[in-house]
Amino acid sequence: MNASVPARSASAASARRRSGVFGLGVPGTLGLLVILAWLLVALAAPSWISAGAQDIGGLPVFAPAQIGHWLGADYLGRDMLARVLLGARYTVVVALVAAVGASAVGTGFALLAAVSGGWLDTVLSRGMDTLISIPSKLFALIMVAAFGTSVPLLVTTAAVIYVPGAYRIARALAVNVAALDYVVVARTRGESRWYLMLHEVLPNIAAPMLVDLGLRFVYVVLLLASLSFLGLGVQPPAADWGTLVRENLGALWEGGLAVVAPALAIATLTMAVNLVVDALPGRDARKAVR
Amino acid sequence: MSPLLRLILQRLGLALISLLLVSVVVFLITAVLPGDAAQELLGQDATPETLAALRTQMGLDQPLPLRYLHWLGGLVTGNPGRSLVSDAPVMELIGNRLPNSLLLAAVTAVIAVPLALLLGTLAAVFRGGWLDRLLNNGAVVLVSVPEFLIATLAVLLLSVKLGWLPALSYASDIDSLSGAARVFVMPVLTLCCVVVAQMMRMTRAALADQLDAPYIEMARLKGVPPLRLVLREAMPNAIGPIANAVALSTSYLLGGVIIVETIFHYPGVAKLMVDGVSQRDMPLVQTCTMIFCAGYLLLVLIADVIGILANPRLRHAR
Amino acid sequence: MGARIEVENLRIVAGDVGLVHDISFTVEPGQVLALIGESGSGKTTIALALMGYARRGCRIASGRVRVGEVDVLTLAESGKRALRGRKIAYIAQSAAASFNPSRRLLDQVVEPALLHGVLERAAAERKAIALFRELALPDAETIGQRYPHEVSGGQLQRLMAAMALIADPDVVIFDEPTTALDVTTQVEVLAAFRRAMRERGVSAIYVSHDLAVVAQMADSILVLRHGRMRECASTVQILASPADDYTRSLLAASRIGERAPDVSAQPSAMPLLEVTALSAGYGRVRDGKCEHPVLEDVEIQLYAGQAIGVIGESGSGKSTLARCIAGLIAPAAGTIRFGGHPLPATLAQRDRETLRRVQIVFQHADTALNPAHTVAKILERPLAFFHDMDANARRRRVAELLDLVKLPATLAERSCVGLSGGQKQRVNLARALAAQPDLILCDEVTSALDPVVAAAILDLICELRREVKASYLFISHDMHSVRAVCDAIVVMRYGRKLAQIAREDYARGPHHPYYEQLARSVPELRTGWLDEVLAARPAPTGVFVP
Repeated sequence: MNASVPARSASAASARRRSGVFGLGVPGTLGLLVILAWLLVALAAPSWISAGAQDIGGLPVFAPAQIGHWLGADYLGRDMLARVLLGARYTVVVALVAAVGASAVGTGFALLAAVSGGWLDTVLSRGMDTLISIPSKLFALIMVAAFGTSVPLLVTTAAVIYVPGAYRIARALAVNVAALDYVVVARTRGESRWYLMLHEVLPNIAAPMLVDLGLRFVYVVLLLASLSFLGLGVQPPAADWGTLVRENLGALWEGGLAVVAPALAIATLTMAVNLVVDALPGRDARKAVR
Repeated sequence: MSPLLRLILQRLGLALISLLLVSVVVFLITAVLPGDAAQELLGQDATPETLAALRTQMGLDQPLPLRYLHWLGGLVTGNPGRSLVSDAPVMELIGNRLPNSLLLAAVTAVIAVPLALLLGTLAAVFRGGWLDRLLNNGAVVLVSVPEFLIATLAVLLLSVKLGWLPALSYASDIDSLSGAARVFVMPVLTLCCVVVAQMMRMTRAALADQLDAPYIEMARLKGVPPLRLVLREAMPNAIGPIANAVALSTSYLLGGVIIVETIFHYPGVAKLMVDGVSQRDMPLVQTCTMIFCAGYLLLVLIADVIGILANPRLRHAR
Repeated sequence: MGARIEVENLRIVAGDVGLVHDISFTVEPGQVLALIGESGSGKTTIALALMGYARRGCRIASGRVRVGEVDVLTLAESGKRALRGRKIAYIAQSAAASFNPSRRLLDQVVEPALLHGVLERAAAERKAIALFRELALPDAETIGQRYPHEVSGGQLQRLMAAMALIADPDVVIFDEPTTALDVTTQVEVLAAFRRAMRERGVSAIYVSHDLAVVAQMADSILVLRHGRMRECASTVQILASPADDYTRSLLAASRIGERAPDVSAQPSAMPLLEVTALSAGYGRVRDGKCEHPVLEDVEIQLYAGQAIGVIGESGSGKSTLARCIAGLIAPAAGTIRFGGHPLPATLAQRDRETLRRVQIVFQHADTALNPAHTVAKILERPLAFFHDMDANARRRRVAELLDLVKLPATLAERSCVGLSGGQKQRVNLARALAAQPDLILCDEVTSALDPVVAAAILDLICELRREVKASYLFISHDMHSVRAVCDAIVVMRYGRKLAQIAREDYARGPHHPYYEQLARSVPELRTGWLDEVLAARPAPTGVFVP
């Protein structure tokens, strides 16, 4: 018991000394830069890249990497680099919107459940438990089977699938906070439910929920990529990175750059997010309630 | 009735309720929200008369709760209807494929579970050391790349570059031992990568929690040697959480199976379901979903019961 | 038989932060040395270092530890293992957490003897049962067959002592072994420990923050602060003529006298708070009785300006009483009248004015202040909520409140995370005062604090009683602090009120037997207190079988 206090201050001191942007340390900063780069590409690529790069048959099918076409060509002879950069839009933006949506809705319901308690908590938690007992890919498949594969529907599907997970984490965190004396004091003051949710509980679960958002973003990226890979995600001619892998599977036999490049693009994005998440201060609190 | 038995029966009841609720969700998504299945089937050109006739034949004119009960009854009695695409009984389609999928899952489990437990235990024991960091970083890489990347890299390396294995699997090849080995290597390898990473991380977390508990420090101060510390002192208390981790990891196994069966053309239920989804063959999709969910809930239930049996507070409840 | 312990220039670090600096001391065979200090003083860290053990993240950087003929720190890991549990045994603060929850107690108690090959299993079990008897455990023959969750905290503490003594060690380390226990249990456990130590003549290190306890157990005392030694001398000398300032402040804090605030509680005709036949608890309520009653048929009358202390051990229902009055738990039966009107049972039924007039202050200042808020925000909220003050008025009032609780005004803009325990508890009190309440419920407000800090908070409360017109219900398990600030004491046990004693009558006993027992059980800051307590009652029946 005596040792814990100085030990904690020692680790806090080392955290303060950490370099990098926002104290993320070197790996975290690197991850952040990669994410920002992909986000920039996602937003700007459509206006950068000339329409000519998308011409079918501009290059030999599965042409190898060469000057001016750094990633070679795809199965229709289009410039692979342009395809990957354009694909960022679908992968990054779609996943980001879905993850933020899932996290926001899940956290909102969790705050409501934790602060209200009673039957509302029971009903919400029971409902979320039901949804969480359907494995995510399976859930995605039946949603696609039922509603199809338009981009807005994919965003909604991914968000709906990850709401229960976000809810579960947020509720576990919020229930712990709501039982603390400062919330009890606010209750005895007669504070409204809104005040308790937004001012007393939310600020104290925000850091771990930011970590959760990062992890959930990774899950969504992987889920959407898998759906596209199965041919059940973003539909041609639009192409996210999962679709690019599927289209170019034939390149496996010819050396595989056209298939490996988009797959690696996914990996750089998800690993960058993991690096940032690992450097965030809320990491341990998020882990503790898993 | 003993309190322990009552607790276990209670968990069983809860699992059944969960399954029932899942069936409601699946039914609502697949049968109600998308609109009219008869319209879908006949296309835009159908006359109102044929549409009405088909609706009656499919039972779509009945009220919703009745349709649900009818559907549920079909599922429970093993008669979930016919495929909209091939017109074959869904049960027959699934029955042909299920053993293949179970075999794939079983082979994966036999390799992945002991490996994950071993690595997770090592990581927990040497937590903070280089082995822990190495395993953790490896696991982060594996869980942040899509399964199909691992699968394609496996194909690229083992079939294309080295030529050791065929790129595709067919369960009919498994008559000979060497054939079986060749068929299973790549799917199992891919699945193991995904599942081991998840399971190892959860095992490490569960065991590390126990190893940091005060009673372990006390045992250390009694002079208990390291191996005994892990196996005799910490492990019995970590069994419940670890069983839970293994069960939860099967959710990732299931996701992996869906990708792996597709990429290697492995004739299992997951491949059947993916085909069903692209052809919008609802009875097939519904049934596959319910089978997977039931399997998953069963594993979680088993883990729960193991957790109860391993906990002396519950085992000796008075 | 006991071994000589020698520690020279011991230094322990966590990363590059020093935890323990240059500690040296010697314990002669059969002697008991106490390490005393507040939390964070490094006392547990030093005690563990005697076994060659440092917790995760900590490292023994330099120094020498000799136990008997053995140089502990130079031993290989296997050598240290051979020492632990055999030559040096450890008794931890939380017995409940220190037993493996999934193994039977007897198996764990005999383990050191079996591990080190001292005894065969059957002999070890016989010896364990003899030790259980010696330590006055009930059902000595069968208690070992139980699991840790099936016995009480005081029993677990004694079982841990049996585990420590099973291999006949030369040195025993006691790490706050009675801190988690109620006072009446503490006396029993201390008596059992001391008898066992004296009969064996083992050397011991006794770690504690409680000088009064240490005075009964130790031959000499080493005072620690921030990992440095302030003073080391015989117990008699430390108590009689301490050389160090910090030691003196520790002694002063342990000798809390009655502060006797000169508040003349003018007994008005009508009590401010009138609790009648109150029952509460958990589970279903039937005919005014709970399935699991915590509080039964309690009556209390509190007049304006008065402070009443409610004292009782864990499970006495004293906190539940405070929570019923605060509206956090709805009573199952009985009435609470406040200012002449019945107080609605739940928070939702109380109007804002009623809520304002009753404020509650909790035990753990760490969890009572929202870490996301600044001190100013915490104090301004009740001002805005109850008094509709504008920003300027709030700022002025916050400065006044901080002054009232003796905190610098510059603290206002600080986050409450960086504050010390004492500062937090002051902010906690200031928040209650901000509402300008008529009744303040204090729930164990000094229990989580170090003695010196707790004494300062008690001083503050006495001062507030003079300066601010309010009444107090002061919940505590600590007889000293209740007597220090209250005009009357209510004694509770098993959810019932046993007695009420006014300040004037404190010295005029005898009162209710349980009150007398409680009062007798509070360790006093002089050597020989424990002997007197034990001499005043029949000898224990436990017989030691060698």
